[in-house]
This record gives sequence, C-alpha cells and structure tokens, in this order.
Amino acid sequence: MADAHAKPQHDYHLVDPSPWPAVGSVSAFILAVGLITWMHHSFAAAPYLFGVGAIGVLYTMLGWWRDVINEAEHLGFHTRVVQISHRYGMILFIASEVMFFVAWFWAYFSTALFPTDIHQVMRADFIGHVWPPKGIETFNPWHLPLLYTLILLTSGTTVTWAHHALLHDDRDGLKWGLVLTIALGVSFTCIQAYEYMHAPFHYAGHIYGATFFMATGFHGAHVIIGSIFLTVCLIRALAGQFSPKQHLGFEFAAWYWHFVDVVWLFLFACIYVWGSGASHAAGH
Amino acid sequence: MSSTTAERAAAPDTAPPSEPSYLTAENTVASWLLTKDHKRIALLFFVSITFFFFVGGAAATLMRLNLATPEGLLQPSVYNRMFTMHGIIMVWFFLIPSIPTTFGNFFVPLMIGARDLAFPRVNLGSWYVFNLSGAVVLYSLIMGGADTGWTFYTPLSTSYANGYVFAAAMAVFINGFSTIMTSLNFIVTIHRMRAPGMTWMRLPLFIWATYAVSVVMLTATPVLAMDTFLLAVERFIGVGVFDPNLGGDPILWQHMFWFYSHPAVYIMILPAMGVASEIIPCYARRPIFGYAGMTVALMAIAILSFFVWAHHMFVAGISIYAGVVFSLLTFFVAVPSAIKVFNWTVSLHKGRISFDAPMLYALGFVLLFTIGGITGLMLATLGVDVDVHDTYFVIAHFHYIMVGATVSAFFGALHYWWPKMTGRLYPEMWARFAAILTYVGFNLTFFPQFILGYLGMPRRWYTYPAEWQSWNLLSSAGASILAVAYVLPLLYLGWSLFWGRKAGANPWRATGLEWSTPSPPPTHNFERTPVVTAIPYCYDPEHDSFVTQEGARYAG
Repeated sequence: MADAHAKPQHDYHLVDPSPWPAVGSVSAFILAVGLITWMHHSFAAAPYLFGVGAIGVLYTMLGWWRDVINEAEHLGFHTRVVQISHRYGMILFIASEVMFFVAWFWAYFSTALFPTDIHQVMRADFIGHVWPPKGIETFNPWHLPLLYTLILLTSGTTVTWAHHALLHDDRDGLKWGLVLTIALGVSFTCIQAYEYMHAPFHYAGHIYGATFFMATGFHGAHVIIGSIFLTVCLIRALAGQFSPKQHLGFEFAAWYWHFVDVVWLFLFACIYVWGSGASHAAGH
Repeated sequence: MSSTTAERAAAPDTAPPSEPSYLTAENTVASWLLTKDHKRIALLFFVSITFFFFVGGAAATLMRLNLATPEGLLQPSVYNRMFTMHGIIMVWFFLIPSIPTTFGNFFVPLMIGARDLAFPRVNLGSWYVFNLSGAVVLYSLIMGGADTGWTFYTPLSTSYANGYVFAAAMAVFINGFSTIMTSLNFIVTIHRMRAPGMTWMRLPLFIWATYAVSVVMLTATPVLAMDTFLLAVERFIGVGVFDPNLGGDPILWQHMFWFYSHPAVYIMILPAMGVASEIIPCYARRPIFGYAGMTVALMAIAILSFFVWAHHMFVAGISIYAGVVFSLLTFFVAVPSAIKVFNWTVSLHKGRISFDAPMLYALGFVLLFTIGGITGLMLATLGVDVDVHDTYFVIAHFHYIMVGATVSAFFGALHYWWPKMTGRLYPEMWARFAAILTYVGFNLTFFPQFILGYLGMPRRWYTYPAEWQSWNLLSSAGASILAVAYVLPLLYLGWSLFWGRKAGANPWRATGLEWSTPSPPPTHNFERTPVVTAIPYCYDPEHDSFVTQEGARYAG
C-alpha cells in the first residue's frame, strides 16, 4: 500500500487515508440532531449541540482543504492528469449548484408567472391576481440593486485581471486583483445586508418575501463562500504559492466567482427588474 | 451442463497473485473505516444498505401482516408510519444507492482499468454522509416516525402531520449529498481514468449505465434537496411557499418532488439495466445485440426522465394540456426501454444459454421489468390513470419496476460478481433455488395487487372491504415467500465466505477487465495497467471461445 507513492507507474493520485470524511460526517450528524431537537424544542442545550456540530464541520473543511493544498503545493501529487480530473470535478460541482438555483427560480416563477391561475383560487385572491402581489412594495431595481449589480460585475473583471496577472507571473497584479475582488465581494454582502434590513417585506408569511429572501439569500451565502475562497487564494498568493502553470485553487475560485456573478444577473433580471412590476421596469 | 461452468474456467486464469488482496492487505478497524480503496468502500456501502433493506423490509412485513385481514393488526396511525418509513428507507436508503454504491463503486474502476475512483476521499465521505443520514432517519423512526407517505405531500406534511417529518425530511436532504458526491466521482472517473484503448464505444454497458445514472443523480438531486429544505422551513417558520393562504402553492411541492423522484425511478432502474447487459451475454455466450443502440437507449432514458415528472400529477389539478403533453412524453420513454428489452431478448437467440443463478436473476429482471413497463404505459394513458390513480394498481406497477426488476438485478449482480469480490464461489443450487423463489414470491405478492387496484382498492388504507381478503391474503402469503427468498442468499453467501470453493480470476469466462485481475483483486487492482484492444462481450458460441477486452482469445 505504502509503495504506491514510492514509484508510481501512473499519473493518478492515490490519496492517503484521511480522517476528514469521518470527522466531517460525525460533526454534520451532531449539527443535524442539534437542528432537529432545536426545532422541536426537545431540550434547552439543542442550539449548542447545533453549534458544536457547525464548528466540527468548519474544522473539517479547514483540515481537508489544508491537506489538499499541501498535496498540491508541497508533495507534487497534482500531475497534469490529476489536474484535469479536478477540473471535471469542479465543473460538475458547479453544475449541481446550478440545479440548486433552478429550484429557487422554480419556486419563484411558479407563482410569479401565473398570478391569475384559475386552479389556485386562494393564492390568486391572496396576491390579488397580480405580480408583484398587491400590497407589496418592491425595491426600485435601478437604485441600490443596480449599484451592487455593477459592483459584482466589476469584481468579475478584477478576478480576471488577477488571473491574467498570474498567468504572466505578475505577482503584484495577482495580489491587487484579488484584494480588489474580495473588497468588492465584501461590499456586495454589506449592501445586501443593508437592503435586507430595510426591506419592506418579511421572509415569513408571504410568498413574495419567501421567494425573494430564499433566492437572494442562497445567492448571498454563495457570495460569502466565494469571498472566503478568494481570501484563501489571497493568503496563498501572499505566501508565494501558485505558479503560472499550476494554480487550480485560484482557477476554481475564479470559476466559482463567475458562476455566482451569472446567477446574480438572472436574479437581478427576474426578481428585481421583471418582478418589480411595470412602474419600475420602465426605468423610473 | 451449466453446473460445470466453474470447472471449465481454468483457461484464462492468471498466475497466482503476487500482492495481497484488498481484503487481506491490512486488517485493522482503522484501515477499514479510514480506507480510500473503492473496493472496501463498496463493501462498507453493502453492509449499510443491507441493514436498511432489512429495516425497510421489517416495515413491509408489518404492513402485509396488517393487510392479511380486513380487521388488521396495527393501529391506523401506526400503519401510516409503517408505510411512510418503508417508502423512505427503501427508496433513499436502499434502492437509489443499491447498485451504484456497491457494484458501481467496486467495478467502475475495475471495468475501465483504473486504480481507484478519481476522488477516493470524497468516495469515503459519501459513505459517511450516507450513514449519517441513515442515523437521522432511524432517529426519526425511533422518535415515532413520519406519517406523510414517502412523498411528503404538502399541505399534509407542512401543516397537519404529527410525526417527526422534519427529521425524515432532513435525512432525505442529507442523503442527497451522498448521492451527489458518488455521482460526481463516477462521471469524472469514467471520463478521465479509462485504461489505454478503452474508448467510449468499448465501455461495458454497466459503465454506460452508471454514467447515465450519475448524470441524472447529479442534476436531479439538488432540486429535491431544496424542496425538502423548503418543506422544513415551511413547517417551522411558515414562510408560505407551499401555503395558498400566504400566496404559495402546495402543488409546487409535487412538481419539484417529482422532478427529482421520477428521474429517481430511472436512477434505480438504469444500473439494473447495466447489470442485465453484463450477465445476459456472458451466460448466453453471445455478444450483446445492438451495443450502440443500447448505449443510446441508456442516455435517451436518462435525458427523457427529466421531462415526464407531471405524469404523477394527472389528478392533482394541473392543466389538461399539460397532462396531454406529459402523457405523450411518457410514452416516448417506452421507446428506448423497449429497445433494451428487445436487445436483451435477441441476445439470447442462438446462444448457448446456461441457467446459472445470475442468469436466472437477469431473466427475471427482464420479465418483471417488461410487466412493470407495460403497466406503466397503461398508467401513462391519461384516462386510465384518472381511474386507477392512487390505487394498488400503481403500487403493483412500481414495485414490479423497483423491487421486481431492480432488486432482482441487484441479486443477479451480487451472485455474478461475488467470486470477484470475495474470492469464493457461492453454492450454485441454493442460489438457483433462491432466484426461482424470488420470482415466484414476487409475482405472488404483487400480481394480486394489480387486480386489487383495478377493483379499486386505494393505496395507503389500513383496511378494506371483506370481499377483497382473498387477494390480500394471497399477496401477504407471497410476501412471506419473498422474505425467505431475500434472507436465503444472506445465509449461503455468508457460508461461502468461509467454506465456499476458491474462485479463479475468471470463473464465468467473461470478457471484462475486472476478470483479468485476481479474485479478490489486489489493493491497486492491476499489477500493470491493462491495454484494451477489443469491444466487450466478444463471445463466440459457434467456436466455443471468447475474446477478452485485452484481446486474448480463450476456449470456453
């Protein structure tokens, strides 16, 4: 078994045994039981159980990620062949993420496209046969939402800048591109938090707020994850890691960031612009 | 003639292995629980799903006992929980992971000539996540179980059900990540790690089936995950997505649920089709008929499976035009399915068929799948479906597909690959007996349910009018036979682990790469990377010989 690393006759990476799948799953189990007992009000310590599980999951991510970086950077296990496999893996991961968002858009359009559906008498009465529903004051898409759409799009260009800088071995360009991207990502999150606090509708008790907060919130979580991903890349860049030839971690962060960008464009177009009704859509 | 199959195997065996097998390489508990070897992970999965198979089976036993008499045995509320837990456990904790996580995990790398899956740690993670979700579902069961039916229909599940619906939905949610991890791993492995010469059109059909099913798993599962997430949020916070009083739509749950769960039916059946495509040529000693058509049919089924979901909802209040479209699309799925049945059947023509246990299971698979498929066409017909919707006709139909076909193929695969996985031969006569008993028991259990359904017995009722008792009793009696047929392999396969005859590298004289390495295989599968020069299933009944995928011709 150990001789697999001694003289590999192939380009594949046969990894060493790892504690992380086990540790992560046990933590996730504690997290799940904590959440269930919390929701059922089974005992007072349930939220803490949830917290312990969450810390375990985060610790797993940290440890697993560190192992992979170590294998890539210092142990040289990521041959060309392995890198291509990782690319496929990341593409498929993003593909499954796309399907997660399909579900949110489905939930949204299910009501938004058919506010007058004759099969849905109660729903139609409740929303007043119109979308956005009667009594819902939507955000003006050309105000704050347009601003942070531009912020996110700009961050897409800065991450591309960082990528090209890396390809040309321009380390300063890489660092500044990443710093700017992270700064833009964080400001997106801050503005979104501001918007949430000033939202004239609530996440519970109404279909508009429910679909709005679910879809944009799930996206917002992805922005935060993407920002963390980019921050890890920045730390690695500052530590002198990544070469013009091998920088999968950076590439995946950039792919992920672009994916988050594209999803936002759909959210902006569908929920903010189209979904805000005729008055806003005209650009007033 | 067929009982001598194993003896005639001598020719293609290779020299005795120079490396220890994956089973004996290391034998500490940690070496199993922290393993990254796809073969060991396959066995871990096998243990887990076997456990859940018997938990789900216990619930089914109680249901059939209850239905043996109109008076029943269980409290109605207990009966509700039993059929719910039976459905949840059997669908997500046995059928969906069954063939992919055990035989897929074990044989995808072996059949394509790879050392392991692309992401071994993710593979182990998948097993841990599976067990964690299993622990959550057991937790839900112990706390009293859910009573919504495995479909969790809203508003019953959000507003009215009393059980541990939240925990059960969480279990399904978490289980989805195990599925996604496994499917992602398979797709990357099949794309990237094929041995030299193993082109796409030389892949064994089991690999094509695993590939097709992985694509479905990867794309359909996230939608279910979000659906169950919304259900949980709805139940505890009342966001309103499924509540018409808050502008939501209870039918949305059904749409998103079936957008996953109809493809999930193909998740269960596609790997079974792959297994049948391995076994039938081997025991008929004939090349598979229409290999290219089989691959296209597999992918066509996988893609079409995404466009038929609303045929579960013909009476849910969807528009009549949508009903017509989904009815038509459902008929389309019959085309590639029929191509497959036709090709398996023609593959037998002029073969030298030996009715060994795997072949009996595979033929049982084809027959039961055909019955299940044809009754599926009856259900796809709008008018008929409105009549028999939510009756035992539907129950019988999908059990023919999911239990009759898939579980038969699962047992077929288990017997076919048992020598490779364990290095031991199973007792042939016992296995044939179990295969025939499965077939008899299954038909006795579920054929009466077609009749009951047509008479109008609704599904999920704990009682029924006395005049239906004879059919119900027949069904319960059949279930007891089926139970014996399912327990029996556990006993003789367990026996064979210790006292079975040692198996050579290629006891069935099959052509795949998995048979070119010792039984059981060494940890890294192959001593040298195999080079593929031939298409699979080069069996030649006229000259009594076969050509392996590495291009070697042997007698037999």
